[in-house]
Amino acid sequence: MSDDKFEPRIVAFFCNWCTYLAADAAGVSRMKYAPNARVVRVMCSGRIDPQFILDAFAKGADGVLVGGCHPGDCHYQEGNYKALRRVILLKRILKEMGIEEERFRLEWISASEAERLKSTMNDMVEKVRALGPLRLNTAAIFDEKEVAVL
Amino acid sequence: MSKLNGNIRIGVYVCHCGTNIAGTVDVAAVARAAAGFPGVAVSREYKYMCSDPGQELIVKDIREHNLNRIVVASCSPLLHEHTFRTAVEKARLNPYFTQMVNIREHNSWVHQEKGAATEKANDLVRAAVRRVACHKPLEKSRVPIDPAVLVVGGGIAGIHAALTLANSGKRVYLVERDATIGGHMARFDKTFPTLDCAACILTPKMTAVKAHPNITLWTLSEVSAVEGYVGNYEVAVTRHPRFVHEDLCAGCMQCVEACIYKKPKYEDEFNYGLSKRKPVYLPFPQAVPQVVVIDPEDCIEFKSGACKKTCVEACGDRHAIDFEMTDWTEKIKVGTIILATGFQAFDPKRIPYYGYGTYPNVYTSLEIERLVNAAGPTGGEVVLRDGKSTPRSVGIIHCVGSRDETTNRWCSRVCCMYSLKLAHLIKEHTDAEVFNFYIDIRTPGKGFEEFYQRLLKEGVHFIRGKVAEVTDWALDPSEEGKLVIRVEDTLSAFVRRIPVDMVVLALGLEPHADAQEVRRRFNITCSTEGFFLERHPKLAPVNTFTDGIFLAGCCQGPKDIPDTVAQAGAAAAEALVLIDAGYVETEPNTAYVLEEECSGCRTCITLCPYRAISHVEAKQKAEINPVLCKGCGTCVAGCPSGSIQQNLFEDEEIFEEIAGVLNYVR
Repeated sequence: MSDDKFEPRIVAFFCNWCTYLAADAAGVSRMKYAPNARVVRVMCSGRIDPQFILDAFAKGADGVLVGGCHPGDCHYQEGNYKALRRVILLKRILKEMGIEEERFRLEWISASEAERLKSTMNDMVEKVRALGPLRLNTAAIFDEKEVAVL
Repeated sequence: MSKLNGNIRIGVYVCHCGTNIAGTVDVAAVARAAAGFPGVAVSREYKYMCSDPGQELIVKDIREHNLNRIVVASCSPLLHEHTFRTAVEKARLNPYFTQMVNIREHNSWVHQEKGAATEKANDLVRAAVRRVACHKPLEKSRVPIDPAVLVVGGGIAGIHAALTLANSGKRVYLVERDATIGGHMARFDKTFPTLDCAACILTPKMTAVKAHPNITLWTLSEVSAVEGYVGNYEVAVTRHPRFVHEDLCAGCMQCVEACIYKKPKYEDEFNYGLSKRKPVYLPFPQAVPQVVVIDPEDCIEFKSGACKKTCVEACGDRHAIDFEMTDWTEKIKVGTIILATGFQAFDPKRIPYYGYGTYPNVYTSLEIERLVNAAGPTGGEVVLRDGKSTPRSVGIIHCVGSRDETTNRWCSRVCCMYSLKLAHLIKEHTDAEVFNFYIDIRTPGKGFEEFYQRLLKEGVHFIRGKVAEVTDWALDPSEEGKLVIRVEDTLSAFVRRIPVDMVVLALGLEPHADAQEVRRRFNITCSTEGFFLERHPKLAPVNTFTDGIFLAGCCQGPKDIPDTVAQAGAAAAEALVLIDAGYVETEPNTAYVLEEECSGCRTCITLCPYRAISHVEAKQKAEINPVLCKGCGTCVAGCPSGSIQQNLFEDEEIFEEIAGVLNYVR
């Protein structure tokens, strides 16, 4: 694949109560955005294990997007804070691995923010497109067995 | 793919949804591709999977092809997951062997390029196929429902919902923030388009609420905390002091007469400050409950502690007045909650060029409701702020705080009609020239258009244009002492100046200032503009995303009285459905501990906001109470040894989904 034809592959983990609904609402309003992201639905951003994000990068994602409820708005009171905590740590690990920070984003997008969902999607795709494919030496960095023990 | 030990037989169903999906996604290609995924035994496309024949197709295939996993690629799971799970259950397969793929809201509706949309659909279907292979049979659990209902807000929506539920024999707690129920409707004069007297149709319902043996009415009260879940909510209601004991007050009003203030001095909120009241007062003559209230901000006893307390003297043996009252909290258990918290009118001071608060004779539509009301501050006489002169010309400005990019973008739905009604009433009361300044006249409703036509015949003027400014700057003698409305008349295409005596601003409806706070308290969602969000705009208009909490009236969006009453009835019916079923089935997406792997480190315990996890000393292991677990999965992600799993969202299932969307093959 040559770089000018490069289509970033984004894995998105969306909370069932906010960002997933915002994506539904964007659909209902027929907003148009880049088709690069594939959404994995979870009940809460607090369910998102850092392993999921590492795993997505290891399996070929060029970017990972996490969508959760705004601070104070978690459907389960505080799962989004737990997600934030993990994300801050994980970002440091990703940096160590040489994964550019634009490749991994945590966004608070409420059910009513379809417009924001759309612009986030487009923005993320553009930024990752500019970075080019993530050329991870997965064999060197991710030993499958090691990931499994994590 | 070692997990696919030959026992997994997956059926994949790709829905066209007419052209909704098929117009953008090559559904045939998706179905063909799916046929080649490991474990897939049957792969089909069909015009409408949610239709009866569509569901029947699944049932038939399960039986004939021995399928044990089903993937439906169609719309959002929030819309039809239940439909397809039920279909699968009909074929005697565990309903949780189903996985939905959202290729409509998340794909065909938001993408244009067919190739990319089809590729995305393929990836998502592949992910679902890989995921569903890991699904385990699960059982729904049943939770009993407490038959009591909490209704929040005592306007017409709350009143109607409470009465409907109470009449069907259910216990209702009606909580109202003000000192009386009745809400906005109690302040209206007539209702459009029939010109029924608002009070005449509302007050009997208000007294019925008070008299109903099944309704507990708490005024001056606010919900301060909500815990629990559908069927079993525990609610704390803060009750603010009235400084008059409701059970002791007879509503004789002697205290009001005896008050040390011989003349009313304070702004009467019920009349929007158009009249005065004393520190001790009855909000309005038909207030429910018929109990006076003391405003501690105004009462001398609260300010100085040195009042002669003539009110207490007048009350005599009844001892209803009690200056020592303070906030107290009532705790109640209810199974369902109806939110009917209403709206607030737009603050016209936000549009300074309309002159509200600057020019005394600029009024809000609500003030005019009181002015034309026979029970209002002027006994129904429409007079200017000087209290005596009758306006000879009146301009009604529509869409104040509606359909405006700088304030609120939405149409408030009721303003056209109530402006027509006020135009009619003002004309009837004063015979003034009435001008309506409108953007569009919107009269969709039974008898609405006919009412508009009637107004046109009554000689009310209609000028199509958004008013630029209200000013007292006269350009010629005919404008002296008048308010001049400057507007572009878009039908005749020139700018006009129309001098009038009185300006009425038709205020739009907006969410309460504390709507966000309230929605957090009840764990529901707001739409962009801040009104409470319904579960589905068409199919679940009174439900919220939180089970057991329903919406009625303007808290969900602007609407007129008939729509509000209809919605309140619908909300009551939805609550009754749950109550009469007696139980609610909960999603089995709870977390569980893999005991042999748990080290008893207790990391999970602090992560759970519901205290569902405990540490069993004897075993030195964590244990999750499935009744308390709400299935967020935070503990699962937080467990350092991976020894907590979540039903329906197992690690393995999500890893397979990730691998699926990325088409990752080892």
